[in-house]
Amino acid sequence: MSAFLWLTILTAFRILGRNRLRAGLTMLGIIIGVGSVIAMVSIGEGAKAAVRAQVASMGSNVIIVLPGATTVGGVRGGQGGAVTLTVADALDLKKKIPLLVETGYGKRDVMQVVNANKNWNAPVNGISASYLTIRDWSYSSGGPITQTDMETAARVALLGQTVVENLYDPGEEPVGSTIRIKNVPFRVIGVLAPKGQSAQGSDQDDILFIPFTTAERKVLGTQFLGSVGALFASTDRSEDLPEAVESVREVLRTRHRLQSEQADDFTIRTQVDIGRVQEDASQTLTAMMFAIASISLVVGGIGIMNILLVSVTERTREIGVRMAVGATRRHILMQFLIEAMTLSLVGGVLGIVLGVLGARTTTIFAGWPTIISPQAILVAFVFSVVIGLFFGLYPANKAAHLNPIEALRYE
Amino acid sequence: MKSDSEAVLPHDSMSALIECQDLWKVYRAGDIDVQALCAVTLTIQRGEMIAIMGASGSGKSTLMNILGCLDAPTKGRYRLNGVEVSALGQDALADIRNRQIGFVFQNFNLIPRTNALENVQLPLFYRGLSLKEQRGRAADALARVGLAERVGHHPAQLSGGQQQRVAIARALVAAPAILLADEPTGNLDTDSSRDIMGILQTLNQQDGITIILVTHETDIARYASRQLLMKDGQIVRDERRATRPVNEPVVP
Repeated sequence: MSAFLWLTILTAFRILGRNRLRAGLTMLGIIIGVGSVIAMVSIGEGAKAAVRAQVASMGSNVIIVLPGATTVGGVRGGQGGAVTLTVADALDLKKKIPLLVETGYGKRDVMQVVNANKNWNAPVNGISASYLTIRDWSYSSGGPITQTDMETAARVALLGQTVVENLYDPGEEPVGSTIRIKNVPFRVIGVLAPKGQSAQGSDQDDILFIPFTTAERKVLGTQFLGSVGALFASTDRSEDLPEAVESVREVLRTRHRLQSEQADDFTIRTQVDIGRVQEDASQTLTAMMFAIASISLVVGGIGIMNILLVSVTERTREIGVRMAVGATRRHILMQFLIEAMTLSLVGGVLGIVLGVLGARTTTIFAGWPTIISPQAILVAFVFSVVIGLFFGLYPANKAAHLNPIEALRYE
Repeated sequence: MKSDSEAVLPHDSMSALIECQDLWKVYRAGDIDVQALCAVTLTIQRGEMIAIMGASGSGKSTLMNILGCLDAPTKGRYRLNGVEVSALGQDALADIRNRQIGFVFQNFNLIPRTNALENVQLPLFYRGLSLKEQRGRAADALARVGLAERVGHHPAQLSGGQQQRVAIARALVAAPAILLADEPTGNLDTDSSRDIMGILQTLNQQDGITIILVTHETDIARYASRQLLMKDGQIVRDERRATRPVNEPVVP
């Protein structure tokens, strides 16, 4: 049996080598199909990895708690509509949940910020000192808001790069200057290092931080003392996040005296969730591209079937001779199946080379990150074998069921 | 796949090699039934060289296809080497063709762009022998028909007579009980024809291979020791006669 297989494979290669142009054109569909599957998946994987890296840059171990929706006379307000979270919640969370390294809080509003004759509408964030640690901000000049600033409700501000660009002339040093927010003068104590775009595409550098206490009393105002717009917490390791989220939920439900049948009056989000949405999006895109590439694989398979049908007709006499000297139907079937699979396999290998080159070229010329995934290569390879088998079956079966007498007489 | 030694079928040297009884073959062409064979009864002994003659449409090709296990009779019994062939399935028939029957065709039917050696290897290839054995036996068979020097040639590089000799080697390599030759000299000139018939006669006389020759040329039929004449699907004459001697034996 092995001699038979070996020689049949050899014969298949010889027949393909004899009709190089025809074999090449036949394989083209498979080459393009496999090539595009691999290139597409590589680009998709690259995009996913980029998103993952971005999420990590925002802190993959951060928990954000937003107030829940209000229900007034059956009319539900949007998320964050209610004021249910407090500074006390934040402090209590830290006390009760050992997994949390740090907890913080803040509130925000977009306000006009003025420096000399320039003004800019920026989101003004009143934050606890710990917030800066949790979100892992660093400074291109100056330093952070301190606990003392918090306790004294100091009129100090940290500026994001975008705010600096809009309020200062190039080369002007913001640290030490005074800006006005809602007519209250603030001393700039630091400029934040740029973070770039968030995964959602918003500018993370268009931001201004002031101490929470100052914001509450002098700038943003408050509904009741200690109410916050959001709570923040961080764990040491991102693996602890799910457990920490559950603890936060329990503590907050207890503190808010929610009955078991009542829904949460807050929403917990993590960067992992946000990243997952992004990944899902690029996953969908990858799946679509994969589907399109699969279509060209199928078209390639039809090409193989077509050329094999021609080959069976051309070689009818040969098939008759083979049957006369003792080939069984299975022998003939195998011979043509092996020819089909040789076509699709060689096409598949060439397609893999093309796909890898395509992905590399995309990275070099378009600057898109690509990751060549061995799984994609394996899947494409297996797919091309299956295509060869599937589309080879009909012509091979046709050959195997020729009547030997008619086949021998065929002109 | 069976090994070569298992190839021996129930072998009873007392019985005839071929026993056909009341063979019928009816084709349906449109609305009419065409009777290609009508009640043919025929016995062929081991070692015979027999010519089947007749005009085209007389049923000689049909008979040959049935004897060669390429076709099954509509009705009747065909025993080959003691085995009832008409009851066998496709794969068993392929096996019988592989081990018991060698074909030689009018148009040679070699596989193009494949060298002589590989053409001759073909029956052994389907028998599943090792490549080494295939090559060795194919080379021997080619040597026997005088083509030892031409093993690497493709059919297109060989003359008609040489191509037919390759075909004979291919029929021979499987060591068959019967060699079926369908108009083996139909496409050949006189000299080549004589060569080919000489080889066949030698194989019959020296090796005891039973040869069944289908031809419409009386000249060629004279090489056989027994001649059948067919007409309208029936054997109308069956006679034994002295064979024409081979003037220049090609096979030593």
